[in-house]
Amino acid sequence: MASFWTFVWPLIVIVAAIVAIIIPVLIGVAYLTYAERKVMSAMQRRQGPALVGPLGLLQPVADGLKLFGKEMVIPSGANPGVFLFAPFLTFVLSLVAWAVMPFGAHLVLSNINVGILYLYAISSLGVYGTIMAGWASNSRYAFLGGLRSAAQMVSYEVSMGLIMVTVLLCTGSFNLSEIVLAQQTVWFAVPLFPMFVIFFISILAETNRAPFDLPEGEAELVGGFFTEYSCMNFALFMLGEYSNMILMSAIAVVLFLGGWLPPLNFGPFAPIVNLVPGPIWFALKIAFVLFFFIWMRAAFPRYRYDQLMRLGWKIFLPFTLLWVIVTASALEIFGWLPAVVP
Amino acid sequence: MSNPLLYDYLPILIFLAIAVVISGGAIFGSYLVARQNPDSEKLSPYECGFEPFSDSRTKFDVRFYLVSILFILFDLEVAFLFPWAISLKDIGMFGFWSMMIFLGILTIGFIYEWKKGALEWE
Repeated sequence: MASFWTFVWPLIVIVAAIVAIIIPVLIGVAYLTYAERKVMSAMQRRQGPALVGPLGLLQPVADGLKLFGKEMVIPSGANPGVFLFAPFLTFVLSLVAWAVMPFGAHLVLSNINVGILYLYAISSLGVYGTIMAGWASNSRYAFLGGLRSAAQMVSYEVSMGLIMVTVLLCTGSFNLSEIVLAQQTVWFAVPLFPMFVIFFISILAETNRAPFDLPEGEAELVGGFFTEYSCMNFALFMLGEYSNMILMSAIAVVLFLGGWLPPLNFGPFAPIVNLVPGPIWFALKIAFVLFFFIWMRAAFPRYRYDQLMRLGWKIFLPFTLLWVIVTASALEIFGWLPAVVP
Repeated sequence: MSNPLLYDYLPILIFLAIAVVISGGAIFGSYLVARQNPDSEKLSPYECGFEPFSDSRTKFDVRFYLVSILFILFDLEVAFLFPWAISLKDIGMFGFWSMMIFLGILTIGFIYEWKKGALEWE
């Protein structure tokens, strides 16, 4: 009996930890939609959702319940299996990536030594959900939207990869906790500031957010790749998109803004900022990046498709490639390369 | 668990299983709760009020294909750069210059496709 418990007890702990990650993420997703509407409405001098619950705080719940109770429409020409699998995949991928995220010192579910590769792989797989939805719907708008969206996502992924390489040059480890700990003296957003800006713009394009929300360009493509979706399938796409936004912000925070490390961690400020636990700082920094997501949407008009491709391939790709070479050369010349972690 | 490396990945596997259950449960639960009342008009593809003229999976622009080929090229390059980046101290100047030559060859290819107009979208 003892051997049974020694085997099962770790599993129970793991499941509890996973639930403790998933539930805050889902609540975060729900309230990100609310925050987006509230912030946008404040920027446009209107009220935003205000009727459901105090200050409209129950609006996300109402939206979710409404979509849950809607009829499932599968178009007659669609391939039902792929059509249903696409939102399912999008949502599962956007959750699974959280398994390796370091929320604090030693506060990580699965501290694998190739964490950044895992995140890169999972975010690359996201394009399958888009292209499957576009293909399976058998609708012109969905098909064109899916193609555009896929081309856009892969274009910006290359420069994202190159930016990650620049950060890895400075850390010498794939492990996400090691990457955060390498920023104890200075966050990488300072020495690699241009990379941080390009990374932020790339994650806007990667999550199909404004000003790169061409797949959902209402005037030309109706709803893009999810034109034909309704009910919970549509909701899963939306949840996946917002969950991806939070995830990408978290990656940006880990790579450039020092993860769970407190800001102003020196001199007289150090005792004060260390009162706040690491996960809180992590969440605050994610919220800060997410605010920029929403701000961008309220401030900038949508890009044209040729401008989008030009920016990705002709500006970001050469620039990030050059910056990889510059960083590597500088570290090599000055002998600042980090020791390899065995 | 005999292999400690695999033990690190066990939570990810369980996480995947839980995510699948949540996601599948949401779709299936919604299917059970909502009233299903399909008819042929409701199920026809959306095309701004018209009947669909033809099958929607038609020819599309070859540039999407070009972009995906380019993506494979450059993503492979990034895949080579990842291990190079973290072991640069170990492999020293030899490793550094090897990668520079590789990147130089790739850059020549990139300039060629740029001049050929593979990156132009009007």
